[in-house]
Amino acid sequence: MSEGKTVTLIIKRQDGPDSTPYTEEFKIPYRENMNVISALMEIRRNPVNAKGENTTPVQWEMGCLEEVCGACSMNINGKPRQACTALIDQLEQPIRLEPMSTFPVVRDLAVDRTRMFDSLKRVKAWIPIDGTYDLGPGPRMAESKRQWAYELSKCMTCGVCLEACPNVNSNSNFIGPAPLSQVRLFNAHPTGAFHKKERMETIMGDGGLANCGNSQNCVQSCPKGIPLTTSIAALNREATAQSFKNFFGSDYNV
Amino acid sequence: MSDNREFFYRRLHSLLGVIPVGIFLTQHLIVNNFARYGAESFNRAAAFMENLPFRYFLEVFVIFLPLLFHAIYGVYIAFTAKNNVSRFGFFRNWMFYLQRITGIITLIFVVWHTWETRIATAINGTEVNFALMQGILDNPFMLTFYIVGVVSAVFHFANGLWSFAVSWGITVTPRSQVVFTYITLFVFVALSYISVSTLLTFATTQG
Ligand code: HEM
Ligand code: SF4
Ligand code: FES
Repeated sequence: MSEGKTVTLIIKRQDGPDSTPYTEEFKIPYRENMNVISALMEIRRNPVNAKGENTTPVQWEMGCLEEVCGACSMNINGKPRQACTALIDQLEQPIRLEPMSTFPVVRDLAVDRTRMFDSLKRVKAWIPIDGTYDLGPGPRMAESKRQWAYELSKCMTCGVCLEACPNVNSNSNFIGPAPLSQVRLFNAHPTGAFHKKERMETIMGDGGLANCGNSQNCVQSCPKGIPLTTSIAALNREATAQSFKNFFGSDYNV
Repeated sequence: MSDNREFFYRRLHSLLGVIPVGIFLTQHLIVNNFARYGAESFNRAAAFMENLPFRYFLEVFVIFLPLLFHAIYGVYIAFTAKNNVSRFGFFRNWMFYLQRITGIITLIFVVWHTWETRIATAINGTEVNFALMQGILDNPFMLTFYIVGVVSAVFHFANGLWSFAVSWGITVTPRSQVVFTYITLFVFVALSYISVSTLLTFATTQG
């Protein structure tokens, strides 16, 4: 066993949404195969900082613990990623934990990602299957297309791509890469395509697609390997066609 | 930018960067290269451009207004970004950052260059010819300023072509985007060679 070995964490903390942030250092006993979540749990079990003072336990969010829910996203040594898959052995120490800066802080490392869920509503990121009568089975989808769509459907709304994007910030109302890629996903579905024009209209509005400046940080940072920049370029093509249809008129535009 | 005009403005900004401003830039750099065939060649080319029919119309609608819109909206776009190359040092993020920096440098350079060789000369009735450029570029500080300004503009245009192709949905796949990176790199090197060799000709010709 690794007796006496410790892990050092420097955590940016904030007591509430409007309080001033401060940093606090922690030294916790090392165990094998720790990840950032288990380190935070250790602090919660024994909330004493590196100076030996009693403190409040650090607040964070988590759900699945297997990188599918996105709740535990935070900046770890400056990079936005999931705390549950950030292994202590692979991190340089001291490990710096900060809340993602793109979202309002709730407390300590927990942020409020409401803007992402609102964006999904704005772009109608769903398949319309409800009616006043039984609509029957939808059209079939080719297996190859289903597999293609599956890759796009892996998005867990974690917010990492928004954090990485230089154009998503307090000066801009850019919706960000994740909801854009969801537009591509739902437009590609045979039934989802019922809302295609409305989705295009939304992302061709203010704060939409056109705000992308092609830094391509999103595709490099997405933990799910979603081809975000391919989605954005594909939507750009669709938007070009849509704007021509809108202006010149087209019977395929209804 | 309310009322959902943003998409239109952005696409207009993107289009104007290539047509007409980018085309004008390319033309301007190539015609100026006549300097390498000697003062007389350059002066003939300059006189030809100066005496084009509808000159003022062309200057206003092909150069001035499109550039003015692209520059003003470009500054707005540049200052809405929070650059983060220190945290995300990826190639494309650097290009994104350089696109903004070279835009600002180009703006400063173009304002000065237009004043010096177009407006001040028009006010004073100075002839715009080989000797004028020779006089300006004789000064090592001005030569450096011109090289930095012109190379910035060329970089901005070449990398702008790359993002233009994405913005309009021409290059969608990662592969086409990589190939286009090499093509625009070639555009950057070729136009840099054409323009810097012109500047050095002015600077090194005795007279
Ligand atoms: C020599 C004159 C110029 C040329 C030929 C030029 C050309 C271009 C081109 C082709 C693009 C790509 C458009 C796209 O991404 O779709 C572009 C983008 C851009 N230009 Fe210019 N430009 C010039 C001057 C300027 C100036 C003076 C500024 C002012 C700062 C500027 C700021 C920008 C910015 C910020 C972008 C990025 C837009 C984005 O990625 O969303 N440009 N330019
Ligand atoms: S696209 Fe990737 S980085 Fe962005 S929210 Fe979805 S999973 Fe996270
Ligand atoms: S807890 Fe769900 S992604 Fe980490």
